[in-house]
Amino acid sequence: MQLLDVTDLNTSFFIDNNVMHAVDGVSFSVPKGEIFGLVGESGCGKTMTALSVMRLVQPPGRIVKGQVVFEGKDLLGLSEREMEKVRGDRIGMVFQEPMSALNPVFRVGEQISEAIIIHKNVGKKEAKDRAVELLKQVGFDEPEKRYSQYPHQLSGGQRQRILIGIAISCGPSLVIADEPTTALDVATESQIINLLENLVNDSAMSMIFITHNLNIMRKLGKRIGIMYAGRMLEQNLVDVFFREPLHPYSKGLLSSIYGLAGNQKRLTAIPGSVPKLAELPRGCKFHPRCPYVMPVCREEEPVIKEVGKGQWVRCYLY
Amino acid sequence: MGQVLSVLDLQKVYEVKRSAFSVQKDLINALCGVSLELDKGKTTGIVGESGSGKSTLARCILLLERPDGGTISFLGRDLLNMPKGELKALRRQMQIIFQDPYSSLNPRKRIFDTIAEPLLFHGIVDRRDVKDKVMEILKNVGLDEDFINKYPHEMSGGQRQRVAIGRSLTTDPALIIADEPVSSLDVSIQAQIVNLFLDIKERTDIAMLFVSHDLNVVRFVSDEIVVMYKGRVVEAGLKDEVFLGPLHPYTKMLINAAKGEYSRREEDTSYDKGNGCPYYARCEERKDCCRESVPPLTGSKDHSVACFSVS
Repeated sequence: MQLLDVTDLNTSFFIDNNVMHAVDGVSFSVPKGEIFGLVGESGCGKTMTALSVMRLVQPPGRIVKGQVVFEGKDLLGLSEREMEKVRGDRIGMVFQEPMSALNPVFRVGEQISEAIIIHKNVGKKEAKDRAVELLKQVGFDEPEKRYSQYPHQLSGGQRQRILIGIAISCGPSLVIADEPTTALDVATESQIINLLENLVNDSAMSMIFITHNLNIMRKLGKRIGIMYAGRMLEQNLVDVFFREPLHPYSKGLLSSIYGLAGNQKRLTAIPGSVPKLAELPRGCKFHPRCPYVMPVCREEEPVIKEVGKGQWVRCYLY
Repeated sequence: MGQVLSVLDLQKVYEVKRSAFSVQKDLINALCGVSLELDKGKTTGIVGESGSGKSTLARCILLLERPDGGTISFLGRDLLNMPKGELKALRRQMQIIFQDPYSSLNPRKRIFDTIAEPLLFHGIVDRRDVKDKVMEILKNVGLDEDFINKYPHEMSGGQRQRVAIGRSLTTDPALIIADEPVSSLDVSIQAQIVNLFLDIKERTDIAMLFVSHDLNVVRFVSDEIVVMYKGRVVEAGLKDEVFLGPLHPYTKMLINAAKGEYSRREEDTSYDKGNGCPYYARCEERKDCCRESVPPLTGSKDHSVACFSVS
């Protein structure tokens, strides 16, 4: 039984009579207690996918079609009222910028209790106790003291812990972490990743981990999805992916970062640049940059198909 | 082999107010006795996390910031005690490439003007020949001539960074300092720009300081590596010496993190910063003596380290 089942999700932006497909036919599922890695370069639609799952897409963007089945309910069919009960309670979210995601004029502890008071129908006192407990859980030595500090008194890593505290405050079954470590240093990054991994392991929570950094996914989670130009190009098991990636784009990505192990003189770069959503090529969206391009790739876009257990790829080579 | 740059015992201290209304000031040692040497045609990679002083070092060498102590010798001349006029003439020999190609190019100028400006300002070519020279530079950085009339907003991040690199090459410099030149680019584009740096290295005699927090990138372009932590050099040496046999615990942690193996150690916040090793609070191999004094940088020119655990 999957916790989250996203099927054929389409989110588009409508600007000046133009339609831009930010998310185009994306399907994936997240089983209970697993981390699913969603990887891609900027503008590939990974954040839009997450926002669509949370139904936080703002106009001129709109979810055009698809299904997002979470704990047996289709989220896209819920009223806004019902959706508010899911957001923050059943699904928590950790954003990239811990600077701007916290309110600078409220104490960080209060920002954690706020979510608990709203969703769990408890009093201030009890919410505070739970918030202090959460602060301890996300690794603060003196939770009571931290409770009454303001965001500017904390470092980037500490702020990110507060955000994680808010995300898990109501005991969600799914946490969406959108580039949670991108703004942080290597050392702090490793602490935050350890923290997230432990939380998932300890509480049978599931997580969608969004990142542009493939190296992070090497040791994290079980399955990975590679996005490009709004599409899912490949889904694979993490350990298989790093040995034998399927899609030419995945191969290119891996060889362009595979620095520390190899001894080659040059990096094998992917030629060209990431296409703009308004000017997508015909056929396969990756074909202008693909070393294996065939005539059919220029004409018609391949569909994503299953090539092995848990392995999906959108490419004519398979 | 000529020496291009020699930095000795560089110091830079910033004063920071303790709080918005406070008159008391804290001193932050952004650079504590940093030394390095750079030969013609060589590239030194400077790695460290944010706050390690790597950008301050870059800015001090270019005299964008005035260092508080130490000496900088560039092409055999003492930069810190030099008449203004001479310094100005020497400046065309050193160039910088910034991290963000979105803000380092003038949005109102066509690419032609961006690259032609230094050529004409320094009188490198005649006005008649400037177009040919600009074309040549664009070709050298992998852009075709259509780009000559474009504005920065019409270009992608990778293309803009190519222009910035092209502009830095216009004055035929002896030294290029690249401050995180690929960090703001997409992964698939980063490799292209790294390869461009390798091309330049092969084609020219330019010495480069390549500042980056990304070890995978630094490893590719550098001959030597300098690892900085809290304003000090903690390890330095030839690329393979440092990468294949890292000695300092901080370097080891960075290399592991770049491989995706994250350390489990949390920072020990109970430790009060005293006179000891700056890395003490996070160190996996710390000893009691590390609290007493700062370990000096010892070893050979090929590989040196500042750590008491290494004997």
